[in-house]
Amino acid sequence: MIDNHSAKKLVMDHVSHGYGELAVLQNLNLEVSPGEFVVLVGPSGCGKSTLLNLLSGYIKPLSGLVHREGLIRTVYQQDSLFPWLTVAENISMGLIQNKNTAAREQELRKLFELIHLVDFKDHYPHQLSGGMRQRVELARVLAGDSDILLMDEPFSALDYQARLRMRRELIRLLKERPRTVVFVTHDIEEAAQLADRVLVLSNRPASVCRELKINSPRPRDPADEEVVQAMKVILSELGLQA
Amino acid sequence: MKPKIPERSGASVQVVNNKTPKRISILRYILPVAVITLLLLVWHFVCFFHVFPAYALPSPGDVFKSFKEEIISGRLVTDIIASLWRVAVGFGISVILGIPVGLWLGQHLFARLSFLPVLNFFRFLSPLAWIPFAILWFHIGDKPAIFLVIMATCFPLMLATMTAVATIPSIYFRVAQDYNYKGFELVTRVTLPAVLPQVITSLRVSYGIAWVVIVAAEMVGCQDGLGYGIWIARNGLRLDSAVCYMIIIGLLGMGIDRLLNQLTKLPNIRWGYDR
Repeated sequence: MIDNHSAKKLVMDHVSHGYGELAVLQNLNLEVSPGEFVVLVGPSGCGKSTLLNLLSGYIKPLSGLVHREGLIRTVYQQDSLFPWLTVAENISMGLIQNKNTAAREQELRKLFELIHLVDFKDHYPHQLSGGMRQRVELARVLAGDSDILLMDEPFSALDYQARLRMRRELIRLLKERPRTVVFVTHDIEEAAQLADRVLVLSNRPASVCRELKINSPRPRDPADEEVVQAMKVILSELGLQA
Repeated sequence: MKPKIPERSGASVQVVNNKTPKRISILRYILPVAVITLLLLVWHFVCFFHVFPAYALPSPGDVFKSFKEEIISGRLVTDIIASLWRVAVGFGISVILGIPVGLWLGQHLFARLSFLPVLNFFRFLSPLAWIPFAILWFHIGDKPAIFLVIMATCFPLMLATMTAVATIPSIYFRVAQDYNYKGFELVTRVTLPAVLPQVITSLRVSYGIAWVVIVAAEMVGCQDGLGYGIWIARNGLRLDSAVCYMIIIGLLGMGIDRLLNQLTKLPNIRWGYDR
């Protein structure tokens, strides 16, 4: 069964937010079950990142409640590894709560084995490829006792093939270390490949305009029947079908 | 396109173009030596044909003789040590004062708004303008020279550090917040390392200023040092000796800049220059 890392809840209750005159989110309800993989897609500028910032507690909603349990970690769209630290030192940031040095070392070694970058632990981020850096980011947020992962278009800076590989990598890592995930993307294929549940957001002010469950097991191929079907639904919901 | 393969040794990162690096590294020595030889030849012929009177432009041979004299008498060495000591102390105080204040200013908007005009004013004020005060306050000796070096380097260092803090990508602070870095830890583990590459560049620039200022400071406020050496030579119309001091000043300045440049090769600094 799932270990207790993923047994934490994340709830948004009638949340509205905006900046000055600009309403960004309107009366949004969202409940993420423990261990669930929720993907948010929506037109650009619709407030996806604002939603993640609310979930992480980085900003407070103007009205409504955000209820979160457990340790939340975020993977960002830009390179957010510290360039002055080696890969190992970057990942160790996630282990800072762990006071036992030996246990920390052991956990670090396990994480490197998990992301298959054992040979690169003393390298600096700028010496790695984009895909490798993103794997290091994943290891950093998986390290320690994180419960919930918020991912803000984490693979959008990668080329298509690297993106495909990273999706499979993410699924593999989550099998080893289950977490509750809220994943924001503008990539419809990515949403269909990864999600237990896809939430399609409307234009600003954003609200959920379609909820879509995808039950087939992962990893899923982009050409799988269910994935293609899901993509069609999302595309039509966004008004983008041919 | 070459596939992007991560470097295993840091060394190969430095090769920028493919034009047979070995040939370039030989040329790196041959070309400057050729230029220097040419300059010496021009100098020699200008003296040989008496373009200037002998007392106004010493020949390379005169300067070489004067070098021997100065070294044997030991005066050159004591002057070098005196100047290096003053610059080291003054520059050291500037670094200890300037970088923390720069970090603080960079992080606090109101501090920046309050102090920026004053700091800019002092930055544009030639440090040599302080000479009369330096001598009245500190008399003759190491102190006025050190004071002038501080006045020359502290403000540029402060401002450069402050500006560097402003350019740190905000994502680093987001991550720092995610991992609970606060207060002093935030400064030492995020802010400072993030600005170090730029701070080191400004160290090199302000060291250059310090080295220029020390010569002027020693001409008026000291009884020894390289600047004082030039002053004495001028008073005695011994321009051969002045030129030999000038050569030493130039060479030492270059040498210390090379040392400071080594800092940019540190592995946790390198990233700032490789992008």
